[in-house]
Amino acid sequence: MEEVCARFVSQKISKARWRPLPAAALQPPDLFATGSWDNEDNRISIWSVGDAGSAGLNGEYQGEPQLLCDIRHNGDVMDMQFLDQERIVVGSSTGSVTVFRHHQNNQTLSVSHRWENAHYHADQYTACGGAACTGVICNNPEIVTVGEDGRINLYRADQKDAVRTIDRSYTPPNFKSLKYVSDMFLYAFRLHVFFNALLTSVADNADSSTLHAVTFLRTTEILTVNSIGQLKIWDFRQQRNEPAQIFSL
Amino acid sequence: MEEPDTEPPLTVVPGADPSRTQLCFEWGPAEMLLCETLFGRRGGEGRVAPGGSAGPAPTGCGVAGGGDGAPGPSRVFVVRRDQDIYMETLRKLFNESHGIFVGLQRCEEERAARARNAQLVQVSKNYRSVIRACMEDMHQAAISARDSALHSQYSIQVSILSAMELIWNLCEILFVEAAPAIPSLCKAGPLLLRLLDWVQLHICDVDNMVREVLGSENPSKHKLFWNVVNIFVLQGRMDEARHLLSKEAIANPTSMNMYKILDDLMKKMPVPSLGNTQTLTEMELKWQHWHEECQRYLQDGTFASNSHMESICKILLGDENAILEKKELMTTWYHFLVTRLLYSHPTVKPMELRFYAQAGNIIIFISSSLMHRKITSSMDMFLGEESSPEPLDTILMAAFEFELHQVIKECSIALSNWWFVAHLTDLLDHCKLLQSHNLYFGSNMREFLLLEYASGLFSHHSLWQLGVDYFDHCPEYGRVYLELHIERIPLNTEQKALKVLRICEQRQMHEQVRSICKIMAMKALRNNRLGSALSWSIRAKDAAFATLISDRFLKDYCERGCFSDLDLIDNLGPSMLLSDRLTFLGKYREFHRLYGEKRFSEAARLLLMLMTAHIAPCSFWMTLLTDALPLLEQKEVIFSAEQTYELMRCLEDLTARKLDKQKFQDDDVETMKVEMLRLALARNLARVIVKEGTLEGS
Repeated sequence: MEEVCARFVSQKISKARWRPLPAAALQPPDLFATGSWDNEDNRISIWSVGDAGSAGLNGEYQGEPQLLCDIRHNGDVMDMQFLDQERIVVGSSTGSVTVFRHHQNNQTLSVSHRWENAHYHADQYTACGGAACTGVICNNPEIVTVGEDGRINLYRADQKDAVRTIDRSYTPPNFKSLKYVSDMFLYAFRLHVFFNALLTSVADNADSSTLHAVTFLRTTEILTVNSIGQLKIWDFRQQRNEPAQIFSL
Repeated sequence: MEEPDTEPPLTVVPGADPSRTQLCFEWGPAEMLLCETLFGRRGGEGRVAPGGSAGPAPTGCGVAGGGDGAPGPSRVFVVRRDQDIYMETLRKLFNESHGIFVGLQRCEEERAARARNAQLVQVSKNYRSVIRACMEDMHQAAISARDSALHSQYSIQVSILSAMELIWNLCEILFVEAAPAIPSLCKAGPLLLRLLDWVQLHICDVDNMVREVLGSENPSKHKLFWNVVNIFVLQGRMDEARHLLSKEAIANPTSMNMYKILDDLMKKMPVPSLGNTQTLTEMELKWQHWHEECQRYLQDGTFASNSHMESICKILLGDENAILEKKELMTTWYHFLVTRLLYSHPTVKPMELRFYAQAGNIIIFISSSLMHRKITSSMDMFLGEESSPEPLDTILMAAFEFELHQVIKECSIALSNWWFVAHLTDLLDHCKLLQSHNLYFGSNMREFLLLEYASGLFSHHSLWQLGVDYFDHCPEYGRVYLELHIERIPLNTEQKALKVLRICEQRQMHEQVRSICKIMAMKALRNNRLGSALSWSIRAKDAAFATLISDRFLKDYCERGCFSDLDLIDNLGPSMLLSDRLTFLGKYREFHRLYGEKRFSEAARLLLMLMTAHIAPCSFWMTLLTDALPLLEQKEVIFSAEQTYELMRCLEDLTARKLDKQKFQDDDVETMKVEMLRLALARNLARVIVKEGTLEGS
């Protein structure tokens, strides 16, 4: 049984991530980041494990993790990913997605970029319109986020706005204006149009239920899962806002 | 109702001014809301009150509400009695003690009384080590705090924690270890040894003195030398005292004789030891002999020339005055008590303690004008507006007198948080020391305290998860309390809601599951997330809500002409059967899909079935019939004669029903639709009769 080293931090940790190593690295990672939730004051923290060269015989870690730096985070940390060696992308319960930068020279964290209303329900700019961002996945420089609003956002790390957003649009065909048509032919034609519309478009839906998680399959394809147990593959090369495939559990 | 024992303390809420406006209030689960009303005591402009800093135990913080005109904005104050749970450094205490508590409840009852006793002592030691760890952290925080207010807050907490540990340790010695239920285990004297340990552990100024003296070049000439020797003797640390005395003997050869005798006496002192299997009588005999020997030497004047050694001999004889002379070294009355016992009655039994621990001891002690710092620093936190005997003294006194209920009561009054009394009472209950003393509410003391503590935890935004386990282990009211509290946890993300749901589902709290799912479904519905709402109501098996959502879907379809969230409806599976409306929705969508795949005859059959089997709501029949129109107008004949007759019947049923409720308005579109349908049905009938009447192949 390996040794377990426990350290008490006075907060509930929702996510912990190892810092990714450069491809040619041989030693195991020595730095990890944690994000907390359910606190009035949530924090992102960076910890270091052991000193270089103090790994035991089996490559296990000795000693407690040491806190290097931390920074305040607004809302619960719902998901967290390292974008590269220095940047961390965090999805929040307020609906915002933040990129933090870890400065290694003086061991501090700072906010590099924030997309404030990445996920929202009704109105993008009302205070309580935010929907929690439930999943974040990175493939430098692209970042994909999903949320409780059923929206999928594709960001690029250095760009201010979303590159692509797959969401619902609310432009229903309005047939009420045709209420007073009395011609039978036109009426039948309208019905036919109804059915055609029905069959060809699925309206612009990303997902009607909450999206719980997302991952990259290929550089241009992602896989999402929602709260009713459906897996959907989305291809960003396609212009339509439709899943390429749906699997149901 | 009983009378309160003490006057309730006056609490000042910073910023609230009752002389300016009338205040109203409302009790909450763990806090109180105080609000400024518009009714002033006298008319006039309101002053802007400065933001309040934390007062004594309760904290008030003001939230500015809107307010136009008149005497300034009304403010709402939140007054919390227990601000300890919000201290980050104390979270360790709550979390770790939670672990110990749950472990205690769940561990198997040991059969052998001895093993059980050892188990309980271990639990008690675990609790104490958690308190000490927390004290350490708090001490570190106090040192590194730059703000002086914060520093003092932390220091106060450190002294509160050390007082708690002191009390707990004494309770462990007197109640848990003593285990009066097992008389055969009461060997001679372990109680006194443990009390000595207890005293040594908690009077820590001694170590500094000792270090100073031993570190000096010539210890025996140090001015504190005799102080150290005396304190060793007072605390029963004979070996260390002898070691120091030997240095004095070397430095001062003239007193070698006296030293040898004293050393011998100290060596021969019968000490009750834990491993010793001597009986009580043996021990007492030995002690009596030794006592007489000391007496002889004293009366012979052996130590007459050295006052220090003489006073040591008197102490060995248990002379109260001699011991009292060293008051400043002992610093507390309970030290005095233990020393007294050591030198007058070392084989004391727990039950006999009360005769020694009478109020007289305190009066002798506190009447001295010298109040040592150690006393006041431990008592600081208890001193509010009360000036009477320090609560710590009262608590310890009650413990010595074996008044368990008094101990618990005094602790409850003195501390601002239920943590201490809840855990201590639970431990004592496991030792079977508390009689089941029914309170007014039908539960016993242990359960009452645990319920109060857990309720306090639930008011915290994060510690609510701990409270769940505490409620689980309250047999009588725990479940009810949990049911009420768990519904009121604010759920701002789905993840948190799922966690809460899992807790409810594990405990078969179906009502609460339904209620929480309904809340989440309503939220989703309000945000127009129909799929999410539907999945929540399916989880709760809430047929009524599922019907509501299906109606919304259908309404959306009627308005927009197409379905939203097809992926959800297509994949309902067996949960379609939850409600009739939902089944209809699923089947209707299937009809559309069949039409899309050009499987017209199956689509036609399904459509008909929806109407004839009464799965479709009556309000939707018109839409269904209208959907049948394209099928009727297809080039090939889809509906058979039978089916056409059925459709006609449905149409007539529908129009008949409508005629009953008809207002005398002419709805052009409606009548036109009905006309069209009749025409289409008739035409289809005509074609199908011809087709069915035709022989195949001819």
